[in-house]
Amino acid sequence: MTIMQPQMPGIPLPSATPVSAPFWNGCLQRELLFQRCSSCRAALFNPAWMCRVCGSTALAWEASTGAGAVYSWTIAHVASSPDFKVPYAPAIVALDEGFHIISNIIGCTDKDIRVGLRVRVEFHDVGGGFMLPYFAPDSD
Amino acid sequence: MHPYANVTIVAGHSTRQARRLEGHTSLSIALEAARGVLDVSGLPYDDVDLVLGDLSGEITYALGLGPASTPAPSMVSIAYVLSAAEAIASGRCSAALLVGGAADLQTVGSVAAYTRSSAEFIEPFGLTTPMEFALIARRHMEMYGTTTQQLATVSATIRNNGHVNPDAVYFGRGPYTADDVLASRMIAEPFHLLDCAITSEGGAALLLTSRDRAQDLRCPPVFIHGGGVDRYGPIYQNPPSWDLRGRRSSDTLLGYVGRRAAQRTFAMAGLSTRDVDVCEFYDPFPSEVIRQFEAFGFCAEGDGGAFVMDGNIAPGGRYPTTTDGGLQSFSAVGGSVQFLQRVIRGVHQIQRRCATNQVQGADIVMCTNAGAAGYFNETILLGSERP
Repeated sequence: MTIMQPQMPGIPLPSATPVSAPFWNGCLQRELLFQRCSSCRAALFNPAWMCRVCGSTALAWEASTGAGAVYSWTIAHVASSPDFKVPYAPAIVALDEGFHIISNIIGCTDKDIRVGLRVRVEFHDVGGGFMLPYFAPDSD
Repeated sequence: MHPYANVTIVAGHSTRQARRLEGHTSLSIALEAARGVLDVSGLPYDDVDLVLGDLSGEITYALGLGPASTPAPSMVSIAYVLSAAEAIASGRCSAALLVGGAADLQTVGSVAAYTRSSAEFIEPFGLTTPMEFALIARRHMEMYGTTTQQLATVSATIRNNGHVNPDAVYFGRGPYTADDVLASRMIAEPFHLLDCAITSEGGAALLLTSRDRAQDLRCPPVFIHGGGVDRYGPIYQNPPSWDLRGRRSSDTLLGYVGRRAAQRTFAMAGLSTRDVDVCEFYDPFPSEVIRQFEAFGFCAEGDGGAFVMDGNIAPGGRYPTTTDGGLQSFSAVGGSVQFLQRVIRGVHQIQRRCATNQVQGADIVMCTNAGAAGYFNETILLGSERP
């Protein structure tokens, strides 16, 4: 049984933009930031310039509790590039604040992963000045 | 009058498809496809005054077609077939050539470059196209109990269509059972190797003109009874969440992308799913075939798994599906070529040009492009009679 691990430095890194930079800076502080629309209160992710629900540009960054549930998942046996160590577990996590994020599930075996599994964010250094948000089963 | 009453697809043509086409470039194989479709149709080169495709400028120049109504280069799909039909219906052009080609791709291993997203919130987590589609498929399995046996049955059926097709890249590789698919190595759960689209090279072209101009050509005319396009956003940049929706409360979820397009397609045609004789569905993964039958209303939501197990999609079934072997076995070149090939097969079914799996009485064919994880789905209904 393989315990899923975060990837090591050497993987492709995100190309941050002026809109997304606050998110990646938050990761370096071990904070999972998302945007909330000041007008309609929608929780937004990926980082956006305007609210896709109501069109407002008044978006405010908030820190997520980092707690959520596995919304969907897969186990990668063939990697996107040789920089990744297989197997790994790409997933969509539904955060309790109401937004979805693509990440990898770590800290458990492939047999432990299921839709609805409670998970919590963990940040891991992948080099190049980036920390990536991974999600592990929530022991609480 | 029907918007496409005076438009016909006169011919479709695929070049030889192969894992590698030695000695070819993308442009040379696209030109071979263009020459092929013109030769098959009997339409003189002079008549073509609109070229659509990734190499539209190069092809307009190489065939000496300028000045033509050719726009800037773009990947082409069913949406562009509909645009070409509208350009002909409006009189903006007389004959439209849609063409794609890909060769000399220098593909690393067996994973095609276009399957690896470079998007900011995707690439660091190592997602590929199979993983994106697996995230949609897993939701369907979770909600409706869809099984890997049902997925494998779709893959085996479509691969067997390619197994008997001498033009398929994987001709003679089968026959396959669902158990063979399940025994192949895992790529991205729940998808095994034999659930995944292949990678190959080749060219494809489609030729449209007015009904009047087509009357003295040698090919039986094929008519467009309806078409539609659904898109939620860019491909492979945001999470492929089944429950994603747009701002209109009336709209369907991303999981059923293509439903609105199909509803408009059938409404334009004045037809229903019961009128369809052949389903040339886009088949990047077997879950997409099941999902499309539900999205388009061939069966109820959640019944797609049982639907494909009842023999409906096999040759001789009620809805023979992806009859040339599709992306699973015929060819999967990426982009324009694989989009056009679904329509080309539909055209050949109606023109009775299929050497294998010709469906007798194929008078209405539904062709589709793309799927849920790609955030878009396009539909077209082809017919032998004028709409």
